[in-house]
Amino acid sequence: MEEDKVLVEIEREIVGGDFQSAGDVSGELKKVLQQVGFPPSFNRRVVIAAYEAEMNVVIHAYRGIFATEIYEDRVHIEVDDQGPGIPDLELAFQEGYSTAPPHIREMGFGAGYGLSNMKKCSDHLEIDTRIGEGTKVVMDFFLNPEK
Amino acid sequence: MINEEIFHSVRLDEEKCKGCTHCIRHCPTEAIRVKQGKARIDEERCIDCGECIRICPNHAKYAQADSLEVIKNFSCAIALPAPAFYAQFKVGISLGKMLQGLLHLGFQEVFEVARGAEILAEEINRYLKKRWIATPVISSACPAVVRLIEVRFPSLIENLLPLDSPLGVAAKLARMQAMEKGYRPEEIGVFFITPCPAKVTESRQSGDGLGSIDGAISVANIYSRLVNIVGELEEPPSLSLASFRGIGWARSGGEQDSLEEGEYMAVDGIHQVISVLEKIEMGELRNVVYCEAQACVGGCIGGVLAVQNPFIAKVGINHLLKRYTEFRPIKEEEMEEWRRKGVFERKEIYQAKEVLKLDKDFKRALEKYQMIEKLLERLPGLDCGACGSPTCRALAEDIVREKAEEVDCPFMLQEQLRALVREVHALASKVPQTMAKKEE
Repeated sequence: MEEDKVLVEIEREIVGGDFQSAGDVSGELKKVLQQVGFPPSFNRRVVIAAYEAEMNVVIHAYRGIFATEIYEDRVHIEVDDQGPGIPDLELAFQEGYSTAPPHIREMGFGAGYGLSNMKKCSDHLEIDTRIGEGTKVVMDFFLNPEK
Repeated sequence: MINEEIFHSVRLDEEKCKGCTHCIRHCPTEAIRVKQGKARIDEERCIDCGECIRICPNHAKYAQADSLEVIKNFSCAIALPAPAFYAQFKVGISLGKMLQGLLHLGFQEVFEVARGAEILAEEINRYLKKRWIATPVISSACPAVVRLIEVRFPSLIENLLPLDSPLGVAAKLARMQAMEKGYRPEEIGVFFITPCPAKVTESRQSGDGLGSIDGAISVANIYSRLVNIVGELEEPPSLSLASFRGIGWARSGGEQDSLEEGEYMAVDGIHQVISVLEKIEMGELRNVVYCEAQACVGGCIGGVLAVQNPFIAKVGINHLLKRYTEFRPIKEEEMEEWRRKGVFERKEIYQAKEVLKLDKDFKRALEKYQMIEKLLERLPGLDCGACGSPTCRALAEDIVREKAEEVDCPFMLQEQLRALVREVHALASKVPQTMAKKEE
């Protein structure tokens, strides 16, 4: 077994409400995964989950830090935001449940699939949320999940 | 039959190329570099979209299509006009006259790609009703978009409609019809009247089966021969079969108009297509069932081998849509037979082209990625293109792929020169110890 070493690190700041740059970080991550040569199906699920996490910050929080670590056989993502926190986590996991205000839903965001999508696409998901402080999402994606 | 491994219709006229950098920065797949004063197209990356043809101020890029001469080799030459062909002529000229014009130029038969599109639309309706399909299903009608997905969005290959293009469908039906009329296979030549270079490439790759396309002649070429005579031609009865449903495929939005009700979208222009594909890849738009995506602004009427401005062409198309309202129904038995004969089957399966990978070996690729990041810290970040690569990042990639050197960047060159000058200067002030004088 070779040592588990971080090969690429990306850390970017996300600004709440900045819909114009929304998706840039996930897009950048996608490019790295493609260039390094992870398989397309793996990249797809990482990018979908990353995008959901990124959008959650844009839609709900004031600001956040998106940090990715790429290893030889896995990708680790941490998104830490300063924001309102999630009042009922269990409810938030239900498909179609959203706390996004109407003006944001009108833009086509906040359809309420965020958390359930992240859960579906990742192999490991942890959410630490504190009301009035913020939310931290930690996700892992394994190239060979059965191992 | 010409069937080259990697054929591209988009070519460079070396004489006209001045080595400016307009094209490299406009290419959606970063397929062009300027080397030794001339643009070079990377065949693996090129998707034949024609953006470089549009942008080149010296008209050094052109699309290679066939001459009309090629039809003489066949006793049954069939013309397959693209729906966009109809949009070139003055409003008021009937489809019958345009098709008669093709016969006048030496074709023995015509088969409208617009009719192929109508028939294909029926099959798309059927496909969209299937369960467990990845949505949005992305149209396979535009070969440049298909190539774009293979090159830049391999994870969306599963979303691509697994059916042949209207051209492929029309080619097979035309050939079948000619054989029913008693022509032997070797006597039949199928020729597409094309508005775009990507379709020339698609024609070249059509193989030699039922769907074989023997040549692609540009809309501009045919138009120039017909423009002055088409109005005077006799109009034969029942030469045109297509209705608004198929004709509409000439422009963006036409595909969805020919389908049953549903949640559809249409996007046109390669850069807009890219931004929509990015969104699809990130999991948005899952509620959209079918996404029609065309590389050219306006759709096929915006192709670089068309003559008319796409917005003016749209006016022409809109007139035709109102004029040809009678759709000739297609029987389910016919559809069944065509299915059996493989009319809707694609000859080529979609394939991820791994040109973005930095190295075949995963570890090497990672090392190269790290090298790129390091290089980027030193490159000026101006994306000026003077090095011949489209951006500083692209140059860094080229360097790690050993296709370029650091000093191709004029800023890096100057920096290295300056360092050298400093060193020379320092050396010049040194004297051999035997001759050195004690400093005062």
